Amino acid sequence: MPKLTIDGKEVEVPKGTRLIEAARKLGIEVAHYCYHPGLPIAGNCRMCLVEIEKNPKLQISCHIEAADGMVVKTQSALAKQGRQNTLEFLLLNHPVDCPVCDQAGECKLQDYYMEHGLHDPKFDDNKVRKSKKAFPIGPNVMLDTERCILCSRCVRFTDEITKTHEFGIFNRGDHSEVGLVPGKSLDNPYSANVVDICPVGALTDRDFRFKCRVWYLGKTPSVCTGCSRGCNIEIDYDRLRPHKKAGHDRIMRFKPRENSEVNKWWICDAGRYSYKLIDHGRLVAAKQSGIDASLDAALGEVAGLLAKAREQGRSGRIGVLASPDMTNEELFLVRQLFREELSAALAFEMAEPAGHKDDFLITADKHPNRAGAREILGTGLAKGEELLARAARGDLVALLVFHWDIAALAGADRLAAAARGAPLYVFATHENRTTYAARFALPVANFAEQSGTFTNCQGRVQRIAKAVEPLGESRPAWKILCEFSDALRLGWTHESAESVFAELSASVHAFAGMSWQTLGHAGATWKQGQPQEAAAAR
Amino acid sequence: MAANVKVLKRRELTWWENTFLPSIYAGLVITSRHFFGNLAIHISHVFGLRKKERGSTTYQYPEEKRPLAHRYRTRHRLMKRDSGETRCVACMLCETICPAHCIAIVAKEHPDPDIEKMPASFDIDLGKCVYCGFCVEVCPEDAIRMDTGRLDIAAYSRGGMILNFDHLMNPELPVLDPAKPVAR
Ligand code: SF4
Ligand code: SF4
Ligand code: SF4
Ligand code: SF4
Ligand code: FES
Repeated sequence: MPKLTIDGKEVEVPKGTRLIEAARKLGIEVAHYCYHPGLPIAGNCRMCLVEIEKNPKLQISCHIEAADGMVVKTQSALAKQGRQNTLEFLLLNHPVDCPVCDQAGECKLQDYYMEHGLHDPKFDDNKVRKSKKAFPIGPNVMLDTERCILCSRCVRFTDEITKTHEFGIFNRGDHSEVGLVPGKSLDNPYSANVVDICPVGALTDRDFRFKCRVWYLGKTPSVCTGCSRGCNIEIDYDRLRPHKKAGHDRIMRFKPRENSEVNKWWICDAGRYSYKLIDHGRLVAAKQSGIDASLDAALGEVAGLLAKAREQGRSGRIGVLASPDMTNEELFLVRQLFREELSAALAFEMAEPAGHKDDFLITADKHPNRAGAREILGTGLAKGEELLARAARGDLVALLVFHWDIAALAGADRLAAAARGAPLYVFATHENRTTYAARFALPVANFAEQSGTFTNCQGRVQRIAKAVEPLGESRPAWKILCEFSDALRLGWTHESAESVFAELSASVHAFAGMSWQTLGHAGATWKQGQPQEAAAAR
Repeated sequence: MAANVKVLKRRELTWWENTFLPSIYAGLVITSRHFFGNLAIHISHVFGLRKKERGSTTYQYPEEKRPLAHRYRTRHRLMKRDSGETRCVACMLCETICPAHCIAIVAKEHPDPDIEKMPASFDIDLGKCVYCGFCVEVCPEDAIRMDTGRLDIAAYSRGGMILNFDHLMNPELPVLDPAKPVAR
C-alpha cells in the first residue's frame, strides 16, 4: 500500500488510488469538473491540478495514481495559479447568464470561481456563440450547449452506465459542442441523472426548470418508495417562501443520494418524478362513503369496534390487511396490536400484475418494504383476497385496510361484496375507488411526512426522515395505531418512530443490534442468516 | 497628539426665565405673526393681489403635491424592452433579497430561447414593503425601479395593497381594490 504526503499530512491508500481520492480521504477536496467517482476517468477539464514534488509540471490529480513517497501540494502558489488559469480558460466562451440559469446556486463554475478564480477576465474578444440556446433533448432534459464546459461526464454516463450512447462531443477546437447522436433522443429510464452529474447549467431538468431557485430548497434525506430497491434520495422541498401563494406544491424534486451499497449515485426517472404523488390526489380529510366526515368520529368508531370485539371474544374475526408500503415501525405495531393482542386475521399481500424490472436498479416489486413486512409479520399469512372473501361471506366483524387500492387490484365487484359483508375501514394516503367505497376512509401521512425505516430487497434497513408536515388531517399510521392501543388500554408509550424501532430491534431477530443512530443515513444490512426472506421478496 | 477638548458650560436660567413666561410670550408672537401674515396674503389672493407669495407653509395635498427629490423611492414599476415586453427575467434575486418577503414571482419559459425566462406572475405586497430599495439595487437587468413618484397607495383591504404584473408594467394605473365599496 503506497504511503504519500498530501499538504503535509501522511496517508496510506490502496494501490491504484487516484490522488484526488487520496486527498479526499484526508478531507482535502480538490476542485474538479470531469472527475466523477462513478464514471471512468477522462482527465479533460484540467481543473484538478496539483503540484507533485520533483515533477516539473503540474499534474491532474484525478488521473495520477498515488505512489509511495509522493509529496503532493494542493495549495501551493503554482497549483493555485494553475487552477485559476484553467478556470479562466473554461469561462472564456461561457455566457455567465447565471440569473436565468437554473443551475445557479449549485453550479461548480460559481463555486470554484469564488474559491479559485476571482480573476479579472483578460480576454476581450467576443465570445464564440454555440449554435443554439436551450432546447429539449428528451422528455426530461434540456440542453444549453453554450453553458457546457465539455467535461464529457454526460457522454461517459450514457456510454458506461446506461450503455445507451446518446451523447457525443462533435466538432473541434472552440467549435466543439456536446450533442445527441443524430436520430437519438435522450429517453432512457435513467436519463435525468445526467442533470445531476453535469457540473454546470448545460443540462437542466425540464420538470424542475424555473420552478424554484435552489437556494429556497430545504433538503431531507429519505428513500425512494417507487420499488423495492430503496434508492437513497434527498427530498428537496420549498422552505423559504411561506408568503408564496397557497396551493402550490411543497415538494420540488427528488435528487439521488450517494449510497455505495444500494444505488451508487443514481436513481431512475420513474422514482425521481414520483415526488408528484406527495402533494397530488391526496386524501386530506376523513370520508364516510366518499363524503367529508369527522376524523375523530371515524377513529372513535374503529377503536370502539376493536374494544367491543375483544370484550366479546370475537377479535379473531377482525380482518386486517396491512401493506408493504408501511414502515417497519408501523408493521411492528400492527403485529403487536392485531396479532399479539387481538389475534386478528392478518394479511399484507395481494396478487398484483408483475412490475417492470431491469438489471440495474429497477425491481419488479413496486413496494418499498415487502422484505420488512415478511420479516416482521411472517410469510405464512393469508392473502388479501382471502380476507375479502371472508368479509363477503359475512365472516368478519370489520375489515381494516392499509394503503391497498383494492378496487384497482381485485376489482370493484369484490370490493363491493366485501363492503356489504363487513364494515370497511380504509387507511389511505390517496383518494381512490376503494376510499369511496369504504364505510370510513381515514387519511394517513405518506413517507415524506413522517420518519421511520424501510427494508429494501437486499435486506438493508434504511431510514426516512420527515420533510414536510402531514397534509390536512392526515397523520402517520403509527400514531393512529398508538391511539387504538390507548383505547384498548395497552399502556404503549411510543413518542416517536425511533422508540418503536428500539422495541422492534429488541424483539425481531433480523433487526437485532440496530438502532436509529447506527443506521445513520446510509442504513445497515440485516444479519447474515436472515436474508432468505429478502431473497424471496426480490 | 492630545485631543483638543473644549469644555462648554451650560448657562443657568434666571428665576424669571424659569417661569417660562417670556418664552410663551415669544412663541405667541411668532404664531400670531404667521397667522395674520398668512391671513393678509389669503385676503389679498381673493382680490387678485400678491399672487406670487405662498399663503401658508403646508401643502394642500392631494391637489398640490410636494416636489420629490429625484432619488426618492416610490411605487415600483417594471421596465420594458424596446418591444414593450418586460425586461424582468424572473431571476428572483429581488424576491430573495427582499427583507419584507413581499415579492412573489412565478417564472415561466420565454418563447425566445435567447431570453429563456420571464415572469408568469409578479406580485409586490405594498402593505409589507418597507421601501428599502434593495430590489432595485439587486436587479441584474435594471428591470425594476422605484421612480414612479406615486405615493397614493391606499386600499380598503390588505389584498388591495398587492400590485400585480399589470400594475407594475403600467404604473399609471391605480391600485385596484376588488373589495372597494361603491361611492356613497
Ligand atoms: S452554468 Fe453556472 S456559471 Fe454558467 S450561467 Fe449557469 S450558474 Fe452561471
Ligand atoms: S453537458 Fe454538462 S456533463 Fe455534458 S459535457 Fe457539458 S458540462 Fe459536461
Ligand atoms: S423596496 Fe425593499 S421591501 Fe419593498 S419590495 Fe423592494 S426589497 Fe422588498
Ligand atoms: S431582480 Fe430584476 S430581473 Fe430578477 S426577478 Fe427581480 S425584477 Fe426581475
Ligand atoms: S477532474 Fe481532473 S482533469 Fe477534470
